[in-house]
Amino acid sequence: MTLKIIASQCTSCSACEPECPNVAISEKNGTFVIDPKKCTECIGHFDEPQCAAVCPVDNTCVIDNSFPRYQPPA
Amino acid sequence: MDASVQHEQATIPDGDKLSSVMQTIAEHKGCGTSGGSGKASCGSGAGENDLPPEIWEKVKNHPCYSEEAHHHYARMHVAVAPACNIQCNYCNRKYDCANESRPGVVSEKLTPEQAAKKVLAVASTIPQMTVLGIAGPGDPLANPEKTFKTFELIARTAPDIKLCLSTNGLALPDHVDTIAGFNVDHVTITINMVDPEIGAKIYPWVFWKHKRYTGVEAAKLLTDRQLQGLEMLTERGILCKVNSVMIPGVNDKHLVEVNRAVKSRGAFLHNIMPLISSPEHGTVFGLTGQRGPTAQELKALQDECEGEMNMMRHCRQCRADAVGLLGEDRSAEFTTDKIMAMEVNYDIDSRKAYQEAVESERVAKVVARQEELASLAGQSSDIKLLVAVATKGSGLINEHFGHAKEFQVYELSTAGAKFVGHRRVDLYCQGGYGDEDSLETVIRAINDCHAVFVAKIGGCPKSDLQAAGIEPVDQFAHEFIEKSAIAWFKSYLDKVNSGEIQHVVRGDAEIRQGALISAA
Repeated sequence: MTLKIIASQCTSCSACEPECPNVAISEKNGTFVIDPKKCTECIGHFDEPQCAAVCPVDNTCVIDNSFPRYQPPA
Repeated sequence: MDASVQHEQATIPDGDKLSSVMQTIAEHKGCGTSGGSGKASCGSGAGENDLPPEIWEKVKNHPCYSEEAHHHYARMHVAVAPACNIQCNYCNRKYDCANESRPGVVSEKLTPEQAAKKVLAVASTIPQMTVLGIAGPGDPLANPEKTFKTFELIARTAPDIKLCLSTNGLALPDHVDTIAGFNVDHVTITINMVDPEIGAKIYPWVFWKHKRYTGVEAAKLLTDRQLQGLEMLTERGILCKVNSVMIPGVNDKHLVEVNRAVKSRGAFLHNIMPLISSPEHGTVFGLTGQRGPTAQELKALQDECEGEMNMMRHCRQCRADAVGLLGEDRSAEFTTDKIMAMEVNYDIDSRKAYQEAVESERVAKVVARQEELASLAGQSSDIKLLVAVATKGSGLINEHFGHAKEFQVYELSTAGAKFVGHRRVDLYCQGGYGDEDSLETVIRAINDCHAVFVAKIGGCPKSDLQAAGIEPVDQFAHEFIEKSAIAWFKSYLDKVNSGEIQHVVRGDAEIRQGALISAA
C-alpha cells in the first residue's frame, strides 16, 4: 500500500512536500499528489507517515487500498 | 534623520508648568496622552515616559508596533508561507473568502519572486508603505526557504522597507540567527498560554522533529519553544510583539500570567485580540459554539495587563495578504495578474520625501493635542468615557458616518484622549441609501460610546443615534482626532458641572465577527 492525498480536501498548503523522505510528493493541478511508486509509508524512515502527521486536514493523507502493501527490503 | 529630530523638538512642552502636568499624567496613565516624543504605542510608560531613541527609530513608522504610526503608515503581507507546523482550534485552513478579513486567510499564494515584485509594485503605488511582513497563511518558519528567500530579494531591491514576521514560535529557536542575519528587527510570536493544561484546549497537535504530538505534551513543547525563542530574540535586541487570542472560559484569566511571562522575557508589546469564531469559518471553536469576548471584556483584560508593558489595541487581525493602512485592505488592487502587468518604478527618494511630509503632519497633530491637553490642566473629574471616531487615517476626523468601515474608539478623561480600540462595522451607506439594519449594527458596535465624531452625517442616522444615547458630533470635521476629542470632553464636563446634562454610564458593545463587506 501507499498513501494518497484526497484532492477535494487538500488545501494545497505544501506542508507535506518537504517532509516526505522519498521525495514522492509534488504539486499537480493546484493540489499535491503522492507518487505510489516512491511512497514507502515512511516505513524504515519514521514512526508514522509524515504527510499524514503534518497535514492540517484530518483524513486527507490516507492509505490507498488499491495498491499492495509496501514491502521493506529485507 | 531630520524628521525625527524635528519631531523630538516639536513635542517638548514649553514651560515648567506644562512639563509637570505632562509628567503627572505620564505617571498615572499610559497611552497616547502621555505625550513625550517617543511614545510608541498605546500603553503606559509608568515613569519611563519616552522610548530610547534607537527603539523609537525602529517603531516610529511601523504601523503594527506603534499606535501613533498606524494612522499614517501602511504595511503589506506577502503570502509566501502556506505550510504550518501546528493546529489551532481557532484556525481552519480550508476557508478562504476574498471579503473575509482575518489571519490565516489568503486568496492566492505567491512564490518569493512574485512576492518581491508585488512589494515593489505596492511600494511604488503607496509611498507610506514602510513594512513588509510575512505572516502565513501558515507559519513563516515552517516555510523557512520561501520566507528567507523573499527577505533576501526584498532587502536587495527595496532596502528602505522594514522586514518583519509573525510566527507561532515552534520553529523559532532554530531560526533566530538567520532572522538576525536578515536584519529582521520585528518579530511577532503568538502566545496564547504558558500552562500546557490550558494549551491542550487550544492546540490539538504540533508537528516537531518528524512526529505529531498531541494534548498536554504538544502544548508543553510549544510553550517551551515559544519562550526560548522570545528570550533568544530579545537577547539579540530584536523587538518582539506577543499576540494572544482571548478565548473566554479557556485562557481569558490566564492571559494576565502570559503577560507577566512575556514581559519578564523582554517582549516589547502585547497584543490581546478577541477570538474570531463564526460557525461558518468551520474552525473547532466556531463549531463548538465557543464565543468571543465582548468589547468590555476585552478592554478590561487589556487594562489589567497594561502595567510596565505597552499594550497594542489597534490590531485589525488582518489577512496574510493584506495591503494598506491597518483597517483598510487594498489587496484586491495587487493580485498577481495585475502586478505582473504593472510597470514598476521604484523611486526611493520620492518615497522618502513623501514620508517626510507624513512626519511633519504627525508633528502638527502631536502639537495640537498637547495644546488642547494643556487647557484641560485645571479640570478635575472622575468621569471617564468612550467616544467613537470615523477616520480614513492621518489622525483626522475625515470620514462620513455612512462610509465608515470601522470606528476608532478613544477613552476620554482629564488625563486626555487615549486610543483604546476600534470596531468593525458593515458599511452603513451603500450607494447613498441608508439601510436600517446596518445602522442598528453600527449602534451595537459603538453602544458603549457617548459620542461619535464624524466628518459628515445625514439627518436620519443623526436622530437614531441620539435616540440610542450616542451624540453625533460633526463640528470637528477634518480636524485632529485627539485635539477635537479633548475639546469636546471639556465642554461635556462643563455641561455636567453646570447641571445642564447628567453623566450616565453606557452599556457594553459587540465585537463584530462576520465577513467584512468590501466596497471594492
